[in-house]
Amino acid sequence: MRTDFVLREVSTGLRRNVTMTVAMVLTTAISLLMVGTGLLAVKTIDATEALYSDRLEVRVALTQDVSTADADCTQPICAGLLSTLENSPLVDSVTYENQDQAYARFQELFAGQSVAELARPQSLPATLRVKLVEQNGSTEAGAAAVKQAMTDQVGVRTVIDQRDVVAKLFDFLGGVRNMTFALALVQAVAALMLISNTVQVSAYTRRTEVGVMRLVGATRWYTQLPFLVEAVITGVVGAVLAGVGLIVGKFAFIDSLLAGIAQNGVIPPVTLTDVITTSVYLVPIGALVAGVTGYITLRLYVKV
Amino acid sequence: MIRLERVTKMYKTSTRPALDRVSVEVEKGEFVFLIGPSGSGKSTFLRLLLREDVPTRGSIFVTDLNVAKLPRRKVPRLRQKIGCVFQDFRLLNNKTVGGNVAFALEVIGKSPSTVRKVVPEVLELVGLSGKADRMPHELSGGEQQRVAIARAFVNRPLVLLADEPTGNLDPDTSQDIMLLLERINRTGTTVVMATHDHSIVDSMRRRVVELDMGRVVRDEARAVYGVGR
Repeated sequence: MRTDFVLREVSTGLRRNVTMTVAMVLTTAISLLMVGTGLLAVKTIDATEALYSDRLEVRVALTQDVSTADADCTQPICAGLLSTLENSPLVDSVTYENQDQAYARFQELFAGQSVAELARPQSLPATLRVKLVEQNGSTEAGAAAVKQAMTDQVGVRTVIDQRDVVAKLFDFLGGVRNMTFALALVQAVAALMLISNTVQVSAYTRRTEVGVMRLVGATRWYTQLPFLVEAVITGVVGAVLAGVGLIVGKFAFIDSLLAGIAQNGVIPPVTLTDVITTSVYLVPIGALVAGVTGYITLRLYVKV
Repeated sequence: MIRLERVTKMYKTSTRPALDRVSVEVEKGEFVFLIGPSGSGKSTFLRLLLREDVPTRGSIFVTDLNVAKLPRRKVPRLRQKIGCVFQDFRLLNNKTVGGNVAFALEVIGKSPSTVRKVVPEVLELVGLSGKADRMPHELSGGEQQRVAIARAFVNRPLVLLADEPTGNLDPDTSQDIMLLLERINRTGTTVVMATHDHSIVDSMRRRVVELDMGRVVRDEARAVYGVGR
């Protein structure tokens, strides 16, 4: 195989269809950028889930009278609830938060906001904060058991499962992920068609060359390789651009967008390492997809 | 060198066969004219030899290769033994004369040193030494056909197929091209030339295979184009 020959053919091919080449590179870049964003979203969601799974608890809010009367959960009603919870095999630990502690936390949580000034210790319920034992990687069963055991008991006002609140966040993140992937898919179809089309145009503009090559007995490799290499090069360039786009995107958008919540530990930050790893994955993906598309196109549509 | 045994070629779009039980044998080093009106099957004949198409029935041998049964991956091996020249030259307009000839060697993987050695030799053979750096559009039609012949011959094929090679050329230039083909034939290369050109066939006095409606109607040594045609 004469490498210099193939490279010369490839470079003329790419320059001859320069607008088409650019379009192909950009479309590939955008679709891979979306794939990359989707992958990062998945990674963040997973990390967030892991971050929360050991923090999440079920809160049993007590009624007003019990809350006011009992500062350390020693009186019969509260103590009874406490022991019921502690005896459950699905419960890891239970802590009692009285009205003063609840008030202190409330002040901390809403510092500087008007609700903080309006709240009084007496208006906040005391709570039993229940940490659950994981079963099969989930606290589902524990949460259900606690809810069932506590709801409508004397002294219990409401049972709050924090997982319900967080589930909404995960739903949102999952939605973002699905949307990114859906867009990536549409974009990828466009990119594939563009690659296929470019290969066909490329083969058409070089039909005389290809005709001569076939006539003088060039092997399939010689006739097809320039087209394949062209496709792969645009795929790789597209992937590199997508990777650069991801890194720029991290600094330009994600960092400022998520700065507040990431610093508070609400969600884990998107690290540069993650972004670079994802970008690196995109390159072989781009090369492979472009190469396979090119090959199939040549097989199906182009007589070379 | 070339043997066709009761070769029939049907095209899907036609009810009449393009070739109908054609049997022809061409010895090594022969010069054969393939004549007949348009649509008589000359082009199909050449296409089958090149395995651009496969016969519906019958078998074709070129050298030791069974063309009709040749697996796809061995087709390049067949085509490397056959040179091809056409009426419309089919030169690459963005390459020089030398580049056009070299291309035929490069794409079958010949080394640069071979290319540098062989290309000037064959350009000299066809009478174009000194014009290696010209572009095809700077040459006359006759010269362009010489380049095409040089490209077809540069890999020293056993067979040279020429499809109306003088079709676009004036009579004098045509004579020159015929002299060149004759010279190539004298090197031992078998030449099969499809043509309409009476005067050429008549002046050369070589074997003539005449096709009509896909059948061989005449196969005669040292023949002329034919009376009253």
